[in-house]
Amino acid sequence: MQTHPKKRIEIVTEMPMLRRITARLDEAGVTGWSVVPILAGHGQSGDWTAEGQISATRQMVMLISIVDAARLDAVLDAVFAVVSTHIGFVTVSDVAVVRPEKF
Amino acid sequence: MIDLALQNLLSPMVLFFVLGLGAALARSDLSVPEAVAKLLALYLLMSIGFRGGVEVAHHGLTGQLVAAIAAGVLLSFTMPLIAYGLLRATSRLDPVNAAAVAAHYGSISAVTFVAVTGMLSQLAIAYDGYMVAVAAAMETPAIVTALMIARRYVKSDAETVERGQMMREVLFNGSIVILLGAFAIGAITGTRGATLLKPFLIDAFPGFLCLFLLDMGLVAGRGLAQGRRYLSVPVTAFAIVMPLIGATLAAALAVPIGLSPGSTAVLITLAASASYIAVPAAMRLALPQANPAIALTLSLGVTFPFNLVFGIPLYIAVAGRIAS
Repeated sequence: MQTHPKKRIEIVTEMPMLRRITARLDEAGVTGWSVVPILAGHGQSGDWTAEGQISATRQMVMLISIVDAARLDAVLDAVFAVVSTHIGFVTVSDVAVVRPEKF
Repeated sequence: MIDLALQNLLSPMVLFFVLGLGAALARSDLSVPEAVAKLLALYLLMSIGFRGGVEVAHHGLTGQLVAAIAAGVLLSFTMPLIAYGLLRATSRLDPVNAAAVAAHYGSISAVTFVAVTGMLSQLAIAYDGYMVAVAAAMETPAIVTALMIARRYVKSDAETVERGQMMREVLFNGSIVILLGAFAIGAITGTRGATLLKPFLIDAFPGFLCLFLLDMGLVAGRGLAQGRRYLSVPVTAFAIVMPLIGATLAAALAVPIGLSPGSTAVLITLAASASYIAVPAAMRLALPQANPAIALTLSLGVTFPFNLVFGIPLYIAVAGRIAS
């Protein structure tokens, strides 16, 4: 099967930031994204877990989006304008997709 | 006073909280799933809001409502200034973290509100249903004060991005919406609604409160274990002294308004509590430079247990002495 190269962006961020980031992705013309909950983790502030939490503050999510390489810089600029001072990280990796028109 | 303290200490609510706290500190794998914890919080706020609305439908609104809301808003606006000054004078917290912590202590804890109303119900002490509205009104002003304090030190996201959007999210956060929404439904449906929902929203309340406090104990214990390094002596002392300052200010305001002993206890407890839901989220948006672990460890790991075990019986006893 023929595959096509694309860029996969993963944004691990604080739950309260989610709406702001997805709004930026929409503005940057990203055609789709998915959100995955994160159960627990460890960072500069120590351990954290989502278990039993009723506040969104101690919860992290991972936002995944696949974009065309030509659009990558614009999307990253838009995302970074919001997340640069926040807890979390952004990674970009090369992936292959079978339906390029979707991205 | 001692009887009240003992009665509180040996109540199922406090004992379940202590069980959760101890289990977490002992690193037990006891846990309440996140979705269940959120459902419990939703249920408890819905129950309190609804019962408040029914009570208002029964007795009507009085001028005291406006005065109590005004007192609550005044407390919420001013307490962060005191908290900030106290933290800067006694601890090594930097201005941004001190402002973030101050916002938590100026606002209120819906969880503590649930606990004090549960305790009052257990003691058969009536409080005015409109205190639900007072609690809702006290949530936001502290955030504004803290942002004004912090503005001198950071260019916050809220200034460059969407301050209006952030305030909208705070005003319409889930706990406020369910509390006020259930209050309105209770006021509209009155006694008819109360009769219909009594088995669910009233009779089952103490059991669900125990389960919820078990979870709060677990979360507080985990927070304490993980955030221990932030608990310097001055900062820990602040988390106990600041509630007492807030309680004193609230007591001074409750007397001239003429609140009942139950409502006075609620106002004092609200002023003595520190936010755990709305303010932490707002601070993450507005002051991302602040470390959330500091405020949350203090709010849930120190102040909430202090209020639940010692503070609430003290506030109820004081309210009984000073209120009309």
